[in-house]
Amino acid sequence: MLVNQFLLLGAVLFCIGVYGVLARRNGVLVLMSIELILNAVNINLVALGSVQGPEAAVAGQVFALFVVTIAAAEVGVGLAIVLLIYRNRSTVDLDEVDLMKG
Amino acid sequence: MIAQNIAFAILALVATLAALRVVTTRNVVHAALYLVVVLASVGALYVLLAAEFVAAVQILIYIGAIVVLFLFGIMLTRATIGVESDLDNDQRWIAAITGLFLLGVLTFVLVESFGDDQLPGLAGVSREELTAQRGTGAVGDAIFSTYLVPFEVISVLLLAALVGAIVLARRD
Amino acid sequence: MLEHIWVIPTVTFVSFWLILFLGKRMPRHGAEIGIAALALTFVLSCVATFQWNARPADEVVSPAGEEVHAEEDPSGGHALGQVHALASEVAVEGEGGGEAGHEIEPIRSAVERNVTWFSLGDVTVEAGTLADGLAVVMLFTVTLISLLVHVFSTNYMHGDVRFTYFFAALSLFTTGMLLLVVSSSLLQALFGWELMGLCSFMLIGHWWEKKPNSDAAMKAFLTTRTGDIGLLVGIVIMFFAAGQTFDIATINDLALTGGMGETALVVGALALFLGVIGKSAQFPLHTWLPDAMAGPTPVSALIHAATMVVAGVYLVARLYGVFWEAFDIGAGGINPIAAIGGITILIAAALAFVQTDIKKVLAYSTVSQLGYMIMALGVGAWTAAVFHLFTHAFFKGLLFLGAGSVSHAVHSFEMKDDMGGLRKYMPTTFATFMIGSVALAGLFPFAGFWSKDEILLGAAENGYRLFELIGIIGAFMTAAYMTRCVYLTFFGRYRGHGHPHESPPAITGPLVVLAAFSVGAGLLNFPGFELFGELTENRVLLLAGVEHHAFEVFPAIVSSAVVLAGLAFAGMLFFAQRLPRGVTARNGLARAGYQLLVNKYYLDHLYTGVIIGSIKGRIARAAYWVNQKVIDGVVNAVGIGSAGAGAWVYRHIDQQVVDGAVNGAGFGAEGFGGILRTIQTGRVQQYGALLFGATAVLALSLVIFI
Repeated sequence: MLVNQFLLLGAVLFCIGVYGVLARRNGVLVLMSIELILNAVNINLVALGSVQGPEAAVAGQVFALFVVTIAAAEVGVGLAIVLLIYRNRSTVDLDEVDLMKG
Repeated sequence: MIAQNIAFAILALVATLAALRVVTTRNVVHAALYLVVVLASVGALYVLLAAEFVAAVQILIYIGAIVVLFLFGIMLTRATIGVESDLDNDQRWIAAITGLFLLGVLTFVLVESFGDDQLPGLAGVSREELTAQRGTGAVGDAIFSTYLVPFEVISVLLLAALVGAIVLARRD
Repeated sequence: MLEHIWVIPTVTFVSFWLILFLGKRMPRHGAEIGIAALALTFVLSCVATFQWNARPADEVVSPAGEEVHAEEDPSGGHALGQVHALASEVAVEGEGGGEAGHEIEPIRSAVERNVTWFSLGDVTVEAGTLADGLAVVMLFTVTLISLLVHVFSTNYMHGDVRFTYFFAALSLFTTGMLLLVVSSSLLQALFGWELMGLCSFMLIGHWWEKKPNSDAAMKAFLTTRTGDIGLLVGIVIMFFAAGQTFDIATINDLALTGGMGETALVVGALALFLGVIGKSAQFPLHTWLPDAMAGPTPVSALIHAATMVVAGVYLVARLYGVFWEAFDIGAGGINPIAAIGGITILIAAALAFVQTDIKKVLAYSTVSQLGYMIMALGVGAWTAAVFHLFTHAFFKGLLFLGAGSVSHAVHSFEMKDDMGGLRKYMPTTFATFMIGSVALAGLFPFAGFWSKDEILLGAAENGYRLFELIGIIGAFMTAAYMTRCVYLTFFGRYRGHGHPHESPPAITGPLVVLAAFSVGAGLLNFPGFELFGELTENRVLLLAGVEHHAFEVFPAIVSSAVVLAGLAFAGMLFFAQRLPRGVTARNGLARAGYQLLVNKYYLDHLYTGVIIGSIKGRIARAAYWVNQKVIDGVVNAVGIGSAGAGAWVYRHIDQQVVDGAVNGAGFGAEGFGGILRTIQTGRVQQYGALLFGATAVLALSLVIFI
């Protein structure tokens, strides 16, 4: 197998995720797209690790696990924020959330 | 080798199509279910790369926990269960162009730098050796020796996220 | 005891948990646990001090860096005879081989005991204790002051809602300081340091129901945190510069023997010193300390006398090898440490004149005295600095507790409105407060006289004439503001309400003990006797060749004369009322000066008003302006916007130049805001699109051009 098979698949998933983050209106869907991005990164970590031999393979796996953990934390906090937005404004439409415009 | 390539092709195709559906579907619940498909195929890809533990974690945590969290999120925010027409905002085209542009750049870079590099074949390696070198045991050893400090830091981060999520979401 | 010095912080730490869990059920609500623990640690500290005193001097270090080292004695005192024999042999050799020709006195070797804390790959991080003269002296001071503060608090805080938590926090606070004092590694010291930061936050904000109190706690926490960033960076630099070790003794040795890179040493020392500036409330981060008066008075006494603020001084004293080498302290002239210390002495002493709150006078006085210590370290008068730290702890603790006693009687801290004439009502408090004041002013033969004099002498002898002058001016100001404070509090007519009365023994007892130390502590370094200097003598000083200058009569007379002049000046002003009053009302210059002092040199305004305000306000205004004008749609907005930004910046630069704008910080923020304005739509996903697009473009250009 080529390394690039995995890396390109990672790139494709990453870009789909980016599209989702930028184009989706619903907060929950944006968080899902972020999961796509994180998965793409994980594929890269594991694939690149296994290029270099056993030690690097283990390193790649360990970091992939760390990313999974962080993804879990991110979803937890992210969903809490979305819930808060929903509670305060009765919508999860991110276009409506533009308090930062000053 | 050929069998692996065929498996990869199928998994990659499934993952890509399902991922596209996640970001285009008009039904929020369907998006979550398509996400399950993506996550499962990525998990299967880890098995192809001889990363069994990551694959297991992918299934357990992503599909078992995170997607369920998403479903709860969908439920609690009372999203319409069913087709919704305006799930995308008006900058969809900008987003598509950005994504495609990024994909182009990434593809170019990857092809340029990795070209036809092969993954080292694992065919000659015995199962025992493989397990000893990069199996679950090896990963566990690495986490609790070499990567102990990052591991502890992440556990603190997880705790902080837990506290943060409760503080944010509780009603008072 | 010296090998098992870890017991001392452990006792207070255990006491913290005991008070927390059992305190509320005890008959005295946990106070007895705290006092018992502190009494125990005090006794243990005394034992440690005596053992240190009895320890044979068996280590010979020559200034050149080529040391003759007595064989290490890993088991401490078990093989005393053998070590003694070895040491005397070596000492003879040392004398014979001493190139400088003068005799090198052997010193007591520090007792260091380490265990592996954790190891990461090849790096092993150790934790342990380091007991030497400096450490035991600090232990003695800290535990004594803390014990007295505990006793004082039983009455002062009586009936407080969070009485138990107060004592728990006091225990933890003391633990932090003790841990810092006995640490053998920088990482471990950092734990103690941060523990104190946390506890100061808890204690300053003890009465958090009132907004100013919780604000003050926040300010203390954040200001010291600003410095702590420097400390952290400094520790990391030291870690790598010393070959991946946190061990303080190793770091000092390497710094002095040229084992560290010059740049790393200087940058690391500067970063560490930033931490010291924050913690020890040196200019320009001193603003938190007077606000910290919002806490209960015993806390102020503890923070100011023995813990927290002296932690910074202690750190410099502990890592003196690093600072000595980095700033070339032996060379004379000027260096950052001495300069910061000198500036702090003068500005804080000037501020103490205009305060009407008795605790704030004392707070600024502490800042000023810390300036003395830092300056002393900066001019190479190490022993004098540590000695001043030692004596200052007693009289400043005394003054704060005295102020607490006064406020206990009149229920206020305002000298002008609620005090005056208290000497008749509170004789014990008055007598002890007077002793503390003259000790602070540095009058012969009280404690402050000896230590201040040593600092001035050290500055003069090491070629820091300018700083000697600053010290003398500072002494004059100190004498004058303390006279004012004493006058307003204890003399004249009583201006408050009700009938003030003397405080109960739980309050006056600690005052009397501290007064005794304020009189006697200075004699520890009496000319010809110099027990203190001999006790704290250590390897670093010898390696660096730091000279200790003993007492001399002439400079002492000069400084005494200056102090007397200060007393006389303020005495004329207040007691005899001979000088014209209402100068500030008539003379414009005097009024301006007074305003400057009352507003604390406008430093707080600078921090909150100008720096934060301008950044916040300008960006917000620019963004608002933008919002009115900018057409939606990012793609063409970027094009139009960049052209607009150019024109805008041009126009405003022009404007600014024409106006000769003073406000540099605001100006920068304004320009920045102008560029940012085009994308201030508030929609995160537009920001995201720009972010990803820009990243892709950058990546592409990276691929193409490299």
